[in-house]
Amino acid sequence: MNHAAAASSDHHYTATGLNTFKLGFWTLIGSESLFFASLISTYMVYKGESVRGPFPSDVFNIPLTSFSTFVLLMSSLMMVLALAAVQRGDRKGSLLWLFMTALFGSIFLGCQAYEFTHFYHAGLTLGTNVFGSSFFILTGFHGAHVLMGVIWLLILWVQALRGQLGAKDALTVEVAGLYWHFVDIVWIAIFTLIYLLD
Amino acid sequence: MADNRSGAAHEVAHQEHGHPGARTYIMVALVLTIITAAEVAVAYVPSLRPVLAYILITLSAAKFALVVMYYMHLKFDSRIFSGVFLAPFSLALLVVVALVILFKLIPFV
Repeated sequence: MNHAAAASSDHHYTATGLNTFKLGFWTLIGSESLFFASLISTYMVYKGESVRGPFPSDVFNIPLTSFSTFVLLMSSLMMVLALAAVQRGDRKGSLLWLFMTALFGSIFLGCQAYEFTHFYHAGLTLGTNVFGSSFFILTGFHGAHVLMGVIWLLILWVQALRGQLGAKDALTVEVAGLYWHFVDIVWIAIFTLIYLLD
Repeated sequence: MADNRSGAAHEVAHQEHGHPGARTYIMVALVLTIITAAEVAVAYVPSLRPVLAYILITLSAAKFALVVMYYMHLKFDSRIFSGVFLAPFSLALLVVVALVILFKLIPFV
């Protein structure tokens, strides 16, 4: 984070005129797209190949997942509102929206923890069948990304609380936002391809 | 490095802050909510089963585009950022489509 803050305040620019921190982060997001594409592909390839249950239709709870999808989408709205507040130098707004984003991310994680527990009690584990293996690895990695995002947001929130996050640090918050929105778009794909296209 | 910033750098940095306001963000959130509700609704309509995949993928792509363009600011930022993201993303999409065609749509592979 200190590196991030340093990068934003020092304003390092490439020969293109673009900020190196932001350009590098977009590159990371590009590579992360390939990572999640490999996990989604694996799930799609093994879809319907399980010889014993539980099968997706036995365990999926679409209303719960729809709720958690809505929560994650709304957290993206709060993230952009947090960035706008930081850019204006609005400390109260920054504190409120960063906290709300982290809170909604935590609610999403709570829904996922509940879902995983429910699946476990229904007899689905990582080693039960190919559905269990590919599902838990895909959604587990996504959940780990959300967890990292929540931790990042809470660190920013503490910095804002201490008065260490001002308008000059807007780029740091913008990059955290890019990460958060990326996690959101990955979930948009997972929700459609894994849950709704069962 | 800070001293080496060119006039172009200043210009690009200024453009990067030309982001939409709260009103636009809330409108986008509203559209995202409506699309998500529509996705869930169509998934429960049996008569739409034959075309469900096309409908859901189209709606999902619309949500993806809205988040990337407005919340990730690619609509307003330099096109270089778009290229840096869309090149590997296109490859990722190609990988998913190619594997699904190979393993699911071509029989006896």
